[in-house]
Amino acid sequence: MRDTFSSELTNLAGSDPRIVLLMADIGNHMFDRFKELYPTRFFNCGIAESNMISVAAGLAMSGFRPFVYTFSAFDVGRPFEQIRVDLAFQNLPVVIIGLGGGLTYSPLGPTHYICEDLAITRALPNMTVICPADAVETRAAIKAALQKEGPVYIRIGKKNEPVIHQQLPDFVIGKGITIEEGTDICILGTGTIMPNVIAAAHLLREYGLKIRVVSYHTVKPLDTELLEAAFSDYLLVVTVEEHSLIGGLGSAVAEWISDQPLPQKGHLLRIGIPDEFLHYAINQKNAREAYALSPEKLAETIHKQYQKVHQYLH
Amino acid sequence: MTDNTNIPDQLALALLSRQIRAEIIETSYKSEAMHLGGCLSCVDILVALYFGCMSVHPEDAGWPDRDRFILSKGHAALALYTVLAHRGFYPCEQIDTFNKDRSQYTEHPVWKNIPGIDATSGSLGHGLGIGSGMALAAKISGKPYRTFVLMSDGECDEGSVWESALFAPAHNLGNLVVIIDYNKWQACGRSNEIMNLSPLMQKFSAFGWTAYEVDGHNIGAMMTLFRSVLPSQERPVAIIAHTLKGRGVSFMEDDNNWHYRIPTADEVQKAHQELGFP
Repeated sequence: MRDTFSSELTNLAGSDPRIVLLMADIGNHMFDRFKELYPTRFFNCGIAESNMISVAAGLAMSGFRPFVYTFSAFDVGRPFEQIRVDLAFQNLPVVIIGLGGGLTYSPLGPTHYICEDLAITRALPNMTVICPADAVETRAAIKAALQKEGPVYIRIGKKNEPVIHQQLPDFVIGKGITIEEGTDICILGTGTIMPNVIAAAHLLREYGLKIRVVSYHTVKPLDTELLEAAFSDYLLVVTVEEHSLIGGLGSAVAEWISDQPLPQKGHLLRIGIPDEFLHYAINQKNAREAYALSPEKLAETIHKQYQKVHQYLH
Repeated sequence: MTDNTNIPDQLALALLSRQIRAEIIETSYKSEAMHLGGCLSCVDILVALYFGCMSVHPEDAGWPDRDRFILSKGHAALALYTVLAHRGFYPCEQIDTFNKDRSQYTEHPVWKNIPGIDATSGSLGHGLGIGSGMALAAKISGKPYRTFVLMSDGECDEGSVWESALFAPAHNLGNLVVIIDYNKWQACGRSNEIMNLSPLMQKFSAFGWTAYEVDGHNIGAMMTLFRSVLPSQERPVAIIAHTLKGRGVSFMEDDNNWHYRIPTADEVQKAHQELGFP
């Protein structure tokens, strides 16, 4: 996904002279092509994320379209107040690319992985929050973000993530993409956990269940049309995210439900990361397994909940 | 680069400064707004910038080639609002709503609320980064404008200031000028004791800035210095302006209680008498 970001932004910069790229000293050689073609529009801002966000604000206030790039843990975690005041309050068209949101960098320890970034960014007025599922959605999300007049946070993975789309889908910010149709359960996944969600849906078929799978890439603004349909058409709606259960997609959907004037037919099951830090080294695959985000564990959790709901209602 | 090629009459500007101080004190009283000390310390700097240096068109505040100004010490908004009114950006009476419910004239300035405000500020340590972005934008697009940022000395406690201080020289932002209103106080004590600020000029020099010290109440000296900054320079410029908090009123000068205190009607009258605006 990071290489896709780099190549897509390099493409877009050719036709859009407003694009500038700011990064905080990560990704050696990743942006060589961009630097070679547009040397006056590339800035390594050093390991100084707060200043990088303010500089991006100043550029945006002067008509440019800055993209800022570093680890999610550092470009959301570190300069929150610069994002809040300079970007969100002033409603500036700056795109923050968060590398490795979720458990991507869990092997590097607690400083480098972040499962709170969606909660942090989602709480800010004017902010759009997108978690592309794969490289194809990343490409589309960057293009779509460039059309926005306010700040956008795009959480991406690292590299070589499985691709879930064979071709570029019709990508609209705030509109989920249905990957597979089904009538028993609706699963809304967001971000790079999507391949596991799809695999889990296939495992659930073995129980005779028909699963609708949605890449719910935009966490803010919510696709409320899709939620209305899902909660009236399905007994069970599931959210899956590689993010804390506090403040992410599951929270956003739960908030939406409690704001509805009438009870919903569908029940909500939220799957995500519990309210805790990891204190040991663990790779992403095993961390997902530990947090029951592997395809098998997802299928098991969802199946159990479906049975409960089904028994309760019949 | 600058459209006011004639050096304005310094005596007239000194008188204007006194009038602006008198108005700020009265507004502080009427609107029950604090931060008087830090407003009074930077009035002369603002007058030197807006009446003796910066290229702006008050009737066309968003003119793309204007010199930019960021009040990074946003708590001195009242001083800036009053100076901008006198410079013709809007009528002075508009400031009567300062700090009142639903007023656009907030205690810390908000971008786009009011003509002439180039950035939202109030949280310290943002302005130099935003100003660096504006200066960078001018360089990329070949624009002739300069960007001026006014910070407080207490603001230099913020780590982000020093991130920006490292960034600007690395990108040869010679079109960027930071002025520090060095009044030697911050909210709860002496700025040189709370953090190790001194020597401030040498710190900026060591970071690669062309640094100067100036009497922050000598309008003529500041005009000359500000006008000497050409956008074609390689190194950004830091100007340490030595000032007195509460400048212009004997019982406010160098008394840090006026960071938060709001004057009484009697005090306003006394201050006005001292300033010659009864």
